[in-house]
Amino acid sequence: MKSVALHNRLTNVFLKSLTLLLILSFSFSSQAQEVDAARQKEGRKLFRSLCASCHKLDKKLVGPALGGVEDRRENDWLQSWIKDNTALIKSGDADAIEAAEFSPTAMTAFPQLDEKQINDILYYTTVGDPVKPGAVADVASASEQGAAPGWLIYILAAAIIVAFLIIASLLKTISELKGAPKTPGAVATINEVWEGVKKNTFLKVLTVIFGALVAAYFLFGTLFKIGVEEGYQPIQPIAFSHKIHAGDNKIECQYCHSSAKHSKTSGIPSVNVCMNCHKGISEVADDTKVVFEDGTLGKSELDSEIAKIYDAAGWDADKLEYTGETKPVKWVRVHNLPDFAYFNHSQHVTVGGLKCQKCHGPVEEMEEVYQYSPLTMGWCIDCHKDTKVDLKGNEYYAKIHKELAAKFGVEQVTIAQLGGKECGKCHY
Amino acid sequence: MKSLKIIFSLVVLTSIVSCGNKREPSLQYMPDMYVSVPYDVNGAEGVNGKPVNSKPVAGTVKRGGYPAYDILDTNEGYEKAKNELQNPLEVTEDNLTNGKAMYDIYCAVCHGKKGDGNGILTERDKFAGIPNYKDRELTEGSIYHVIMHGKNLMGSHASQMTPTERWQVVQYVEKLKADLK
Repeated sequence: MKSVALHNRLTNVFLKSLTLLLILSFSFSSQAQEVDAARQKEGRKLFRSLCASCHKLDKKLVGPALGGVEDRRENDWLQSWIKDNTALIKSGDADAIEAAEFSPTAMTAFPQLDEKQINDILYYTTVGDPVKPGAVADVASASEQGAAPGWLIYILAAAIIVAFLIIASLLKTISELKGAPKTPGAVATINEVWEGVKKNTFLKVLTVIFGALVAAYFLFGTLFKIGVEEGYQPIQPIAFSHKIHAGDNKIECQYCHSSAKHSKTSGIPSVNVCMNCHKGISEVADDTKVVFEDGTLGKSELDSEIAKIYDAAGWDADKLEYTGETKPVKWVRVHNLPDFAYFNHSQHVTVGGLKCQKCHGPVEEMEEVYQYSPLTMGWCIDCHKDTKVDLKGNEYYAKIHKELAAKFGVEQVTIAQLGGKECGKCHY
Repeated sequence: MKSLKIIFSLVVLTSIVSCGNKREPSLQYMPDMYVSVPYDVNGAEGVNGKPVNSKPVAGTVKRGGYPAYDILDTNEGYEKAKNELQNPLEVTEDNLTNGKAMYDIYCAVCHGKKGDGNGILTERDKFAGIPNYKDRELTEGSIYHVIMHGKNLMGSHASQMTPTERWQVVQYVEKLKADLK
């Protein structure tokens, strides 16, 4: 594993230095031509707010790539096309009819743009993005995170060995004092230790008690863990990071797990939900990193993870269309309740208004999802005992709720007092 | 010597069982209670080992449901929906409240809480060119059509909301557009 990590790190450094070289060469080449920074900036702003949802400079999106479009089309034609492409097509312009065939979706008309603004946009498509000088600052410093507790384990192991040696040498001295023949060396052999223990009744009893305690500890530890999956963190088929999606980008949990609000299960999103965003995002930002248990994934690895979604959805990322050949993503289920326990997400999410994090923990900080809660019955019951029910807006049961509150002598009843502790609520 | 071996093997055995690998599910008592024999929605195997993706029988409408949306995802379909499709819901406080809740979950990441196109994904430079609602000609029909089929880079959000929720979102988007002016 170590050598793999080292290898990864080396490739990483290698790749990074390559990009550094690339960027440097780019910056030299672009310094060669004079750029009107003000026009470029204005054009970029307009392009990003109006055009970028369908066009990129270097790549086909919904519409064609626009880098260097001025070399391909006349300025006058572009002006009238951008202002109102439908009118241009209707006028019978051959170029316009050809351009309209690029995509089945009609381009939005932009009558609000004046000539100068369009020229700024076109200027931007010609000169491209401004080069950021500070972009490659933290190249080499990235990847050094050692295994911190590693040395601790070594120290403990060393301490145990030293203690064992001390005991062995003590036993040897004792047996020699008792008259056993002297042997060379400070420490007894294992056989001598064993003989020494066998002769000493007190040590024998102590060992048996110690052994019994250790055995009991492990036995009960094992028994208590049967069927409890707390901390279960299976390896998923796609290295999906909840930290990036729900944490950094603050996408709501229910955006993807949309069935949580109406159904028993929270639902694993189908790939069309992934494609809502990833149709447009085929690669991660340059500095994106995902730190997994088994190593750090950099940009190239993460881009290939996104390609797995395209594979599953049957999306051709070059032609930007669906091929129709789909296959399922075989996610590994993390949270699983046995069949004899009924649990309903909508009851907790919509009716109870609980945050997902209450049971699933800080998912927005997890690169790899693990089971946060034990999901044992005791854990359910504890929450049902503590949680007070918000009874507002539930007039139909107002009388019953009032009587219940009087019966238990509390102001606000808990779930358990409403019957949330009855066996039949979850086991039937 | 024999007892030493027994103790040793016992310790090894228990440590193997109890230490556990978090990549593997732990030991289960009666696994058929955990891994369902009948079809389980989130089960790995589907029905008879085949993944399940059953759609309702064509032409059926669930109780209290809406007829299937049959306006096609074309330029003509868009125009048709824009001009003809009507919101069956009345404007009420409840509809707007739930519309806002749904909008904040499903739309606001890109379109922004105010509908100005400045959602968190735009701010973080993941998407660019999300339009401000006030710059676009929107009708209730066109909004619904775009939720159903998507438009340009936006994908279909039909699978994430029920028809009622979609219409509530339509109502809320119209309110946002009015507020932006």
